[in-house]
Amino acid sequence: MTEPREGIEQVSSKFGITPEDYMLPARTEIHMLDINGKLHPAGEQGVEPGHEYPLPSPKVLVDAYEQLVIGRRVNDQNSALVRQGRMAVYPSSHGQEAAQVAAALCLGENDWMFPTYRDTVAVMAKGVAPMEVMAGFRGDWHSGYDPKKYKVSIQSTPLTTQLLHAVGVAHAAKLRGEDTVVLAMCGDGATSEGDFHEALNFAAVFNVPVIFFVQNNQYAISVPLSAQSVAPSLAHKAVGYGMAGERVDGNDLIALLAVLRRAVRLAREGNGPLLVEAHTYRMQAHTNADDATRYREDAEVQAWIAKDPVARMRSYLLDAGLLPDATEARITASAEAVAQTLRDGMNSENTPDPTDLFAHVFSTPTTQLTEQAAMLADELAREEETR
Amino acid sequence: MSATATTSSAANGNVSAATAAAAARTATTGTQPVTFAKALNTALADSMDSTDSVLVFGEDVGILGGVFRITDGLTKRFGTNRCFDTPLAESGIVGMAIGMAMNGMRPVIEMQFDAFAYPAFEQIASHVAKMHNRTKGKMPLPLVIRIPYAGGIGGVEHHCDSSESYYAHTPGLKVFTPATVADAYLMLREAIDSPDPVIFMEPKKLYWTKEQVDLEALRISHETAAVPPTEGRAAIARTGTDATLIAYGPSVSTAMAAAEAAALEGRSLEVIDVRTIVPLDDATICASVRKTGRAVVIAEAPGFASVSSEIVARIQERCFHSLAAPVLRVTGFDTPYPAPKLEKYYLPSVDRILDAVDALQWEEKA
Ligand SMILES: Cc1ncc(C[n+]2csc(CCOP(=O)(O)OP(=O)(O)O)c2C)c(N)n1
Ligand SMILES: [Mg+2]
Repeated sequence: MTEPREGIEQVSSKFGITPEDYMLPARTEIHMLDINGKLHPAGEQGVEPGHEYPLPSPKVLVDAYEQLVIGRRVNDQNSALVRQGRMAVYPSSHGQEAAQVAAALCLGENDWMFPTYRDTVAVMAKGVAPMEVMAGFRGDWHSGYDPKKYKVSIQSTPLTTQLLHAVGVAHAAKLRGEDTVVLAMCGDGATSEGDFHEALNFAAVFNVPVIFFVQNNQYAISVPLSAQSVAPSLAHKAVGYGMAGERVDGNDLIALLAVLRRAVRLAREGNGPLLVEAHTYRMQAHTNADDATRYREDAEVQAWIAKDPVARMRSYLLDAGLLPDATEARITASAEAVAQTLRDGMNSENTPDPTDLFAHVFSTPTTQLTEQAAMLADELAREEETR
Repeated sequence: MSATATTSSAANGNVSAATAAAAARTATTGTQPVTFAKALNTALADSMDSTDSVLVFGEDVGILGGVFRITDGLTKRFGTNRCFDTPLAESGIVGMAIGMAMNGMRPVIEMQFDAFAYPAFEQIASHVAKMHNRTKGKMPLPLVIRIPYAGGIGGVEHHCDSSESYYAHTPGLKVFTPATVADAYLMLREAIDSPDPVIFMEPKKLYWTKEQVDLEALRISHETAAVPPTEGRAAIARTGTDATLIAYGPSVSTAMAAAEAAALEGRSLEVIDVRTIVPLDDATICASVRKTGRAVVIAEAPGFASVSSEIVARIQERCFHSLAAPVLRVTGFDTPYPAPKLEKYYLPSVDRILDAVDALQWEEKA
């Protein structure tokens, strides 16, 4: 038997369950908050052996709520900026902010995140400066922040290619004896890609600490999940790779934090990779260029409004006495400050330097690139003269 | 696998220690017959020896030593954390190598055969080639993808493709292809040291060729930087005055044989070994063509939209007024690589090269 398999046996025996029961998701998704923001009765929160998730501390919840409010504001501000023509495209995660925030907050300072185009809110919640993130959407350059500085990789567009990079980062860290955990994100549709399979298999075989976090927002552009997969759930795919899978209410910030924080701890302790599927909903079109009315009924969208992650969490915190007026005012102000940063940044004129085209293709430009740079510089100089 | 003792400082590459170690080594072993495969194997071992962050992985590269034995002995010598087998998935191999390079390692990975690198093409074209540029150099990817390529070995389908043009056409990739045993050693070491990703294309028909070289002397000259780099520097494999043959990788030996035959007929042909397709050494190629006034470009790959067509285009852009005849090509046909019994019709041959040379409008010579 190989080592990863033995690892699974160890961790499952710690929970007092079989390896199969450890790898299979709980019989229902893990949820803690109902749609009115009331905690589910203790017996319904996810209590099967090996699938128990304690309530995170009030401090963790309030900090996460702050990011949730900021995240919603970021999504809506950016969508507004798209409508005003300040950027070409913004794939909004409106409705998925709980998953976005939990993805960032479950990680430690030295842990890495591998986000997609849709995960702007998660990237900002992990600490990347908002306007460095927006450089890509504004069209200044393909990516605007330093992945090494923030331990956040570029927002990947080629679906699931980033999951393999996550495995590589985790593998390198493991070889050096570091306890870095890597969280790698993708959507429901992306689980059909070959790299999804290769990444999960590599992670399991090399027993590296990667959390594969799938935001199942029900659609891949226009195609519903039923046309992508007939697996019992996406979390069930984990068992096929010899790793643990769990599914969680993706609009329930408390459950997300509980599940992801435990997943990170298990991974850090050397128990190998895990797969977490969050059930959520893309409330808006795929991007502003998409027309969602062509493929889904308004009634379906309306039904998800009732499950809004922000409203649920706010009700809970108010009921629990964790959101006094002063705190709420502070949170609103910090969200407004981020929105202001976005407006100011996106409304300021910024002209990228055309000679940058040639500067970064290689560590040192080749002779050919130097010639082409000179050609463009000459063209620009002549343009300047005739102006 | 357990965690290794690889330290993070070593992972960043302790080059000065390597130089000292090389200098400390005593007398060279002297010149002896060495195969192309052995030179590559030694280059891998020497790189792993000098830099802890160099890792080798791929399909069957561990205990077996690779299907061509290029990684022979590396697992035994450096352990399974430094040279190991992966699951059978090329995109996975390249994708994981990208992540490792993002996190302080220098992966040197093997694609088992040219056509089996195609599953990894998305990772190569979308990330290996672009990561440095899209992060303005903040996330360099120092990694090497070794690809045994080209034909001439009677191989079955999917084992003989000349795929260099796909990579050369993709901005952000360096493409190296050695044609001599000494270059096999030097160029692989240079590729591994490069801060940029390198597609390292190994002509598999050369693996078993032998030349007289002194590997120990090559190692010392590499580690003390006593030899000029090969990157961006074509080699003049044979000097001549009447026409220039331009070739790379598997075609260099064919071009050399053609030059030898032409000499018997009284024609002096210069042979240029391109060595690194990206970056291309326009200067050396053009200096030769300006001198001879005639050129034939030779490559195994189909000629259409290829490295050979690029070289021809560049010569006519830069050397038009020195040319006494159109630049001709001898390349593979625009067909899929043929079955073993037909490859002799497909491959550039000495006769076909000599025919092309004969067609260089000698009668019109001024
Ligand atoms: C390899 C690849 N194929 C196709 C696309 C085009 N594309 C972009 S997003 C998308 C849908 C992805 O759906 P999902 O994974 O569910 O993520 P979501 O957009 O819903 O967050 C497609 C097809 C792509 N980016 N990459
Ligand atoms: Mg989706």
